[in-house]
Amino acid sequence: MASSTKSNAKSRSQSSKPSRNGDSAPLLNKDLPSTVDHLDLFKMMYLIRQFEIACGENYSKGLIRGFLHLYIGQEATGVGAVSGLREDDYIVSHYRDHGHALARGMDVNRVMAELFGRATGTSKGKGGSMHLFDVAKRFMGGHAIVAGQLPLAAGLALAQQYQKTDALTMCFFGDGSTNQGVYHETLNLAAIWKLPLLFFLENNMYGMGSSIERVRAGGIDFYPGIATYGIPALEVDGMDVLAVKEATDVAVGKIRNGEGPQFIEAKTFRFVGHSLADGQKYRGQEEVKEWEGRDPVLTFPAKLIEMGVVTDKEIARIKTEVDETVAKSVDFAEQSPEPDLSQIYNDVMV
Amino acid sequence: MPEILFREALKRGLQEALENDPRVFMMGEDIGEYGGAYAVTDGFLEKFGPERIKDTPISEQAFVGAGIGAAAAGLRPIVEFMSISFSLVAFDQIVNMAANLRYMSGGQINVPMVIRAPTGAGVQLGATHSQSFETWLAEVPGIKVVCPSNPYDALGLIRSAIKDDNPVIVAEPALLYGDKGNVPDEYYEIELGKADVSRTGTDITLVSYGYGMRPVNSAADSLEERGHSVETIDLRSLNPLDIETVLTSIQKTNRVVLVDSARRTGGVMAEVAAELQQRASEWLDGPIMRVGSIDVPWPYNRGLEREVLTDAGDVLAAAAEGYGM
Repeated sequence: MASSTKSNAKSRSQSSKPSRNGDSAPLLNKDLPSTVDHLDLFKMMYLIRQFEIACGENYSKGLIRGFLHLYIGQEATGVGAVSGLREDDYIVSHYRDHGHALARGMDVNRVMAELFGRATGTSKGKGGSMHLFDVAKRFMGGHAIVAGQLPLAAGLALAQQYQKTDALTMCFFGDGSTNQGVYHETLNLAAIWKLPLLFFLENNMYGMGSSIERVRAGGIDFYPGIATYGIPALEVDGMDVLAVKEATDVAVGKIRNGEGPQFIEAKTFRFVGHSLADGQKYRGQEEVKEWEGRDPVLTFPAKLIEMGVVTDKEIARIKTEVDETVAKSVDFAEQSPEPDLSQIYNDVMV
Repeated sequence: MPEILFREALKRGLQEALENDPRVFMMGEDIGEYGGAYAVTDGFLEKFGPERIKDTPISEQAFVGAGIGAAAAGLRPIVEFMSISFSLVAFDQIVNMAANLRYMSGGQINVPMVIRAPTGAGVQLGATHSQSFETWLAEVPGIKVVCPSNPYDALGLIRSAIKDDNPVIVAEPALLYGDKGNVPDEYYEIELGKADVSRTGTDITLVSYGYGMRPVNSAADSLEERGHSVETIDLRSLNPLDIETVLTSIQKTNRVVLVDSARRTGGVMAEVAAELQQRASEWLDGPIMRVGSIDVPWPYNRGLEREVLTDAGDVLAAAAEGYGM
């Protein structure tokens, strides 16, 4: 078990304050599985960061419309989690879904085109930012009714169980979704049916403008209470990509071993507002700055360099490559055609 | 043709699907060990086992959502509500999820799921168990809604619903489960989205669906006794809605009474009336007459409930008022 994870077997509360002096040390041990490619993890986190920055810019230009929820700050959580999955596993996400979609390997151009509402988008421009889908990648949405994606994920897991595969479903949800009734319904259903479902809570401390402390009777830690559903739960530092990956590996291993649903709570933070319309009047800049001090897109490569795993040059090369990828995705989206109006009537029914 | 009960017709359709397609399974509250609140699934658990006949907790959102997910993954779930009034608890899943998934994924996801639910008043269950929300669901693009009025249609429609690749709501009028009707042994299906001209005539068209066909048939008998030739149309399907069949009939009869057994305001016949006003007013000899149950919460008392529920007298009164028949 990673030093920076806790389980509900021996629960204790902890402060929401991020640690700045690394008492939850990232796992950069010699005995890490050789399948962990540190550069790939960094590259994906950096891609998500730059993609989201580009989204923000194009939202300001009016090229992306609607609601836009950026994943900036949470990259280590999504990348670490998704890196622990197989191709035949399903992923279900919430409305802050760009990071998960990219981590799953969805086409950067087509995701950007979807945000631009273009015909080349992943949903032909009919879905938008909150509704990204790629069934070939088993990425089953982008869902924008808070907690509504949880039973969908249970159904995908039910199908995997029914078909007697050892594939599983990973479902992301935020702290804001945990006060919906269907969250509790789904935990119970998954437990009594022993579904191969990994509940992945991204606790970023705020549901839109409401701090979790203000809206939840049980405080900021969820993982200790999950035992009441009979589901094992782990807490992990969501700013540490390797810790997230290791916790995911543990949970995934148990599910594939037939031990039923598992629960991971990653403590993380979005550095930006809930959406681009958010002035963040509900929280102090000091808190944001404190978390920004643990920015995984900065701290992870710094650590890799310090440990001698990679060089400055390799990091710089990756950044250049990713910057080009993101710039190209914006060009691709801008140059893509608007959907033909005849598309209005397609895809309603089979 | 052998006569069977409405509930037996449904049971036959479900059983065939479970026998013929391993992707088909059922979920719902007390459908297994208990045998179903209306005994439609009685004996299924023993026959098909707990993996395919899944008793659920009382968690409508969770098990409807799970049905949607299983359908998205390629299975063909049949989900049962104990009452269509309980669909309100799961409306988010039915509307936001099942109906929208295909469109918002750009056609990547299909949801071949059937939701069965007893609907309607008449058995003294009071306000929360007597409603007819097929009328609300029929408005939603992306789901189909059917409502059979007799055992023959129940079997034909449930067969087609299970084979359909879209989400289909099958609203089963609770008052009809014990009705008998002729059902042939030979295999047949009924196409979704097509109305049935269940009686042909030339003087007036009576349109309804589901339980509403009972007062319609009774009123048609009375009108014929008085020498009028009556055409009756059973919509069978509320989405897609087959307006063409109604239009064709009106061009012949020039008179129409639309009959909802659901509440009058906002019912399916409000939509039919609006279409007819626009497309058939030149054919009509009088106003488009519309009948529905009284717009109040459903009362428990037998006398009060009967007064609220649409009956043949209401239909005859409308024919008299609109067309002097």
